[in-house]
Amino acid sequence: MFCTFCKRAAWTAIRPPHPRCKVRELPALRTFTSASRTSWSRWKHERDSSTSTPESKVPQMPTWEPIAESQLPPPTKVSPDLVDKLERLALVDFGSKEGVDCLEKAIRYADQLHVVNTDGVEPMDSVLEDRTLYLRADTVTEGERAEELLKLAKQTVEEYFVAPPGNIPLPKREERSAHSEF
Amino acid sequence: MAASSSGYSKMLFSLKIYANKLQNLYHIDTFNIIIRRIWTSGSKNQIQPKVKTRSLPQMVGVVGLEVHAQIHSRSKLFSGSHVKFMAPPNSLVSHFDASLPGTLPVLNRRCVEAAVMTGLALNCTINRKSLFDRKHYFYADMPAGYQITQQRLPIAVDGTLVYSHFEGRKRNQVLTRSVRIKQIQLEQDSGKSLHDDERSQTLIDLNRAGVGLMELVMEPDMCCGEEAAATIRELQLILQALGTCQANMAEGQLRVDANVSVHRPGDPLGVRTEVKNINSVRHLAKAIDYEIQRQMEVLQSGGKVLNETRAFDSRSGNTIPMRDKEGLQDYRFMPEPNLPPLYVYESDACVPADVDPAQVVVIDRIRAQVPELPPARRVRLVETYGILLEHSFTLVNEDGLMDYFETVVQMTKAEPRKVIGWVMKELMGNLNLQGMKVAQSPISPHALAELINLVESGHVSSSAAKQVFQEMWKVPEKTAGQIVKELDLWMINDREELWRTCQGVVDRHPEEVQIIRAGNKKVLNKLMGEVQRETKGRTDPVQVRAILEDMTL
Repeated sequence: MFCTFCKRAAWTAIRPPHPRCKVRELPALRTFTSASRTSWSRWKHERDSSTSTPESKVPQMPTWEPIAESQLPPPTKVSPDLVDKLERLALVDFGSKEGVDCLEKAIRYADQLHVVNTDGVEPMDSVLEDRTLYLRADTVTEGERAEELLKLAKQTVEEYFVAPPGNIPLPKREERSAHSEF
Repeated sequence: MAASSSGYSKMLFSLKIYANKLQNLYHIDTFNIIIRRIWTSGSKNQIQPKVKTRSLPQMVGVVGLEVHAQIHSRSKLFSGSHVKFMAPPNSLVSHFDASLPGTLPVLNRRCVEAAVMTGLALNCTINRKSLFDRKHYFYADMPAGYQITQQRLPIAVDGTLVYSHFEGRKRNQVLTRSVRIKQIQLEQDSGKSLHDDERSQTLIDLNRAGVGLMELVMEPDMCCGEEAAATIRELQLILQALGTCQANMAEGQLRVDANVSVHRPGDPLGVRTEVKNINSVRHLAKAIDYEIQRQMEVLQSGGKVLNETRAFDSRSGNTIPMRDKEGLQDYRFMPEPNLPPLYVYESDACVPADVDPAQVVVIDRIRAQVPELPPARRVRLVETYGILLEHSFTLVNEDGLMDYFETVVQMTKAEPRKVIGWVMKELMGNLNLQGMKVAQSPISPHALAELINLVESGHVSSSAAKQVFQEMWKVPEKTAGQIVKELDLWMINDREELWRTCQGVVDRHPEEVQIIRAGNKKVLNKLMGEVQRETKGRTDPVQVRAILEDMTL
């Protein structure tokens, strides 16, 4: 499911929208689209919909320009070794050809960020950066839920959770390709 | 490597000195080198293991430590569960600790204050803004699949830990060294896993999962196991004095991993291995020394040191490769999305007006709460009481000994130097023999003060007092005075009696008297010993010596 979604997204970013998409023009949008023509812009619906009729807040016409391939860095090729390593680290199965293609397209989509000029802009640490971190007082408020938690486990031994003896390493690439054909 | 007794190494040491003398006299180089080679391969008690070849400089060990100190707080770092050492399995676990979906971390204020206080005690720069990250790896005792830590911007950076290292044959030369601390960061602990090899399963207890840890990363400024042990001992004392960590290695409150490599000075650092599973300070020294020796042997025989993780086996004193860790781990660090940056303010004036005061951590307030640290304590002891520096180390090292000493000094008119002699030799000697702590000592400070006062006032001689001390140890209910009366250990002050006893001894040993008259004064000690034996040690050695000298010369 992830693959099909990103395939479509990747496609629409680099080429103009499909002509079958219905386009309804809102008055406020037209002025906006003329202003920003060169860079990838963030959606700013709040400003737009203040005076217009209660229509959808989602702009009906794309407000961004497609970015030419020449502006992007060279495409990244994901080697089988890297796929192996990522599968081991994230425990995600994408060893098939479609999986790797999907990943490469996703990387290409994200490459568009390189076009943005970030000179003199502080990197954002978190979207919560303007909030204060709540500090809790050092009191005991939770615990004694052993029964409740152990019920969630399939197998327990005397109030302990049971796990395999150690990390079971993923089978080697040769053995795995035999499995992932389906 | 054959195990060597201390006798063997002493013999080699004296051989080496002899060889050095020979070298100076006859310019024999090879002899010295051969002796050196035997010395290094045979002895285990060396401080700095060196391997010398004829043309290349010596290889030295490089040790860096990573210390995880469990923060002494009531609740965990990000959840409200209790922090307790022994508890029924999985009873101190909240929904967040079990990583159930829908739970979020909430930072504990005490943990932040503890980290800031530790940073201040170690002369670190406290970062006004610090960030939390996720470190991803899979292991059964970490149900979330990631650990919340601070990798990009930790709470404190660039500190120093000053420690003292005893050297010399009598370990009475004190060298002060320092280790740079790269950073101090807050992170979560993982749960505990009990390996059941018979049934091929691991039992997971999450009581420890989520407890706050301070990770102290030190630069590789140390060269051997002893230095690392001294560093950790000093760190334990500082953390215990601050109250931020109880620093008991046996209970897992202080966990140390050593990064060991070897190289020739001037060369870039060699490949390092990480040594884990170290449960005490002595094991730390042993493990590091073994690992340095092993790496030197590997390189000497032409092999390559692998970058791996090794576990220390306390029974054999060796390090063995750990099977679970395969190669270099890529932790895929990412910012923790659920926690905004942590701001710490310099002083009350810097805090913005609209922030709740219960929500802020102010560095100045914490700095005011930092108590007297061990280095300052030692200096104060030496200056106030005029005792030797090594004694101040023992006083500060042993829990409660400093208070004991100060109480005794207050209650007696004797000089602190004499009191320290009693405390070090008699009290500590007995405590160490029976493996007891100062708090368990059967002799209270008052009782000891009473005994010392008796010696000072001349009622009991010092040797008799030692006997009294041993009696008091066995039967603590009796006071010093009672025991002296019972065993009739009063000092013989009657000059007549002293004369008679000394005369008797002199009469019985005419040959010794001749030798003394001939000029050998040392035999006088033998006569004094006789007098002491006869009087059961109830005489003042100074007086006896004076009388015997009169009689024999």
